[in-house]
Amino acid sequence: MDIALGKEDLAFAERMRSFFRSEIPAQIRLKGERGEHWSREDYVAAQQILNANGLAVPHWPVAWGGQEWSALQRHIWAEEMALAHVPAPLAFNAAMVGPVIATFGSEELKQRFLPPTANLDIWWCQGFSEPNAGSDLASLTTRAVRDGDSYVINGQKTWTTLAQWADWIFCLVRTDPEAKKQLGISFVLIDMKTPGVTVRPIRLIDGGYEVNEVFFDDVRIPADQLVGEENKGWDYAKFLLGNERTGVAGTGIIKSRITRLRKVAAQTSSHGKPLLEDPLFLARLTRLEVETTALTMSVMRVLANEAKHPGRPDPLSSVLKLRGSELQQEATELLMEALGPDALAYRESAAAADGFTALPDGAVDAMPTYFNWRKASIYSGSSEVQRTIIARAILKF
Amino acid sequence: MDFDPTDEQRMLAETVNSLLDKRYDPSSRLALLDSELGWSRELWQQYAQLGLLGLTFDEQYDGAGMGAAELATVMESFGRSLVLEPFFPTVVLGGTLVSEAGTPEQKAAILPKVAAGELLLAFACSERGSRWSQTDIGTTATRAGDGWTISGQKIAVAGADSADTLIVSAVTPDGIGLFLVDAAAVTIASYAMQDGQRGGDVLLADAPAELLGTDTDAIDHIRAVIDVATAALCAEAIGVCERMLAMTVDYLKTRVQFGRPISVFQALQFRAADMYVALEQARSMALLAGLSLAGDDPAARRQMVRAAKIQVDLSSRQIGQEAIQLHGGIGMTMEYPVGHYFKRSAVIAKTFADTNELIELVGAEGGLIG
Repeated sequence: MDIALGKEDLAFAERMRSFFRSEIPAQIRLKGERGEHWSREDYVAAQQILNANGLAVPHWPVAWGGQEWSALQRHIWAEEMALAHVPAPLAFNAAMVGPVIATFGSEELKQRFLPPTANLDIWWCQGFSEPNAGSDLASLTTRAVRDGDSYVINGQKTWTTLAQWADWIFCLVRTDPEAKKQLGISFVLIDMKTPGVTVRPIRLIDGGYEVNEVFFDDVRIPADQLVGEENKGWDYAKFLLGNERTGVAGTGIIKSRITRLRKVAAQTSSHGKPLLEDPLFLARLTRLEVETTALTMSVMRVLANEAKHPGRPDPLSSVLKLRGSELQQEATELLMEALGPDALAYRESAAAADGFTALPDGAVDAMPTYFNWRKASIYSGSSEVQRTIIARAILKF
Repeated sequence: MDFDPTDEQRMLAETVNSLLDKRYDPSSRLALLDSELGWSRELWQQYAQLGLLGLTFDEQYDGAGMGAAELATVMESFGRSLVLEPFFPTVVLGGTLVSEAGTPEQKAAILPKVAAGELLLAFACSERGSRWSQTDIGTTATRAGDGWTISGQKIAVAGADSADTLIVSAVTPDGIGLFLVDAAAVTIASYAMQDGQRGGDVLLADAPAELLGTDTDAIDHIRAVIDVATAALCAEAIGVCERMLAMTVDYLKTRVQFGRPISVFQALQFRAADMYVALEQARSMALLAGLSLAGDDPAARRQMVRAAKIQVDLSSRQIGQEAIQLHGGIGMTMEYPVGHYFKRSAVIAKTFADTNELIELVGAEGGLIG
């Protein structure tokens, strides 16, 4: 998107690019480039390097490790990180609970949680969704009852990403069942080691364990683990979800997938020629590239609008989520198609059995990623929710 | 980073829009469409007075010296009102070809007259059986004394019916040349195009011609001008699509069936939302096409302009088809404006190249990412 950037921002992008490519260990970046899963240690190692250099939580207040960057610079930071195959700072920490604590938490909570959250010494997971509260999140029923200096929590969360690795969970819980549904919700922090917390893994269609159910049976937490005011949790959740307008496009992910796809298609032979020269394949790839370029420019427009009119609702940000998730999915589909029969075996590792030829790049993850990425148009406001937001904006109902 | 129009561009748009709002209501437009000429010479003079007919020409040739962004501003407004005057063939194509390829004498002879509204141009390049190729053509130029003669046939020449001077591409011993041909020296079979704009086929039989510029191979000039024209068409298409979406939204909110405005039906809401997505993606690419024209690398510029046209055409098709569908039967009538916008967008999508051709070209040049 260099055409749209000024000199200073181009220099900033160059600075980010060279940092990510020189300071993050090559073996971590290589995993990303190959589409392999990062381990918990990889995430922690990368985030701690970023944090030591002031690059883990740039959107936080300066006092807590933030940078006075423009929204465009934050976007460039995230985009260059994705293009360099660096694991982004854990979203639950950096983009979600951190900003909520920094904005609404007491001084005590900030001192206690912000430094280890920025440094990934605490791994957070997100307790929002419930079996009967998905798109209609405010209908959640996990209950927190005040009892002296404690809250006692009962209920269930689901789709909790990487809860198996988490130290703490931030939860939306119902503290006032009598109030209108958005008004009786509070935002609490729970140590995963607290008695009564049970994690049950959910196996997804890609064969992996990414999400979990988390059960709370008479879980007693100190009342000072409430963030902000009781019954204001919905406001904090809206703040948290509205924080990120452009990351949802995932343009960095799409571009790095396309780069990988080009590599795979150049190495794959089809009818005696590289697949990359197959007119039908190339046409689909080109269309994906055009739509991705358009999306990248749409991101720039959202950023420019945001700089001019901070906080003003912009239906264009729904376009980013809607089209972004579709294009991310399309890229996974093309990669799977490029691999052909090499994508079919379900494998845990890229090592070929003794005596067999080495597997091509992508053979392990192409189909699982295709299956897994159907999630992108479901989470963070499904495509149908985004269409409803857009329809409401243009039809004004 | 600011993609909003400059104050100057905003004023330009306001000036053009206020004229068009007065003069291009649907019934006046229908009357113009049915008139013999198919457009208004009186409006043409008003465009000249506003400086639109020399918008991008150098000031020494009585132009306004403006750039791609201002041209896009005017084209978007013209798209919004579905302007019928031959601005695209005369100013965008003809004027840019002369500016790009002409000798100083030719520029001095032609551009001030165009800017004053006294001379109409058309670019004759397409031929039957050649589809979108600018080089696979049968029209040939032969030297004759100090000048040239040209023989061959051209098709689908926008503005051919009323042009005073044609700019014709023809095979020369060195490649593809560009030639100025007096419209009186050729046979023109005039017709209305599918969108109502006028044009025609051109038959050249040893027509006397003057080489435009000094190069007998002008293919680089032709391609450069098509880039500029394509970006301009993208901008026009944005105006067209904006109106189709706005009309559709109005219709959904006012059309009552089953006792309720049909905008309450989610099946229709979602289709309208998808039209918005398509429009905004196209707008992003039209903006990018304009920005890229300022770049130095012609290959990169061409890739981006072509990519923009792909997105604009895909979006226009979706928006146009959905606009008709969501209007129902009324959208099928010539009396109602939305179909006219749909027709214009379909013609834009078949000007200089179609979507498949552009996808093939962008893919063959190494794509856009990675």
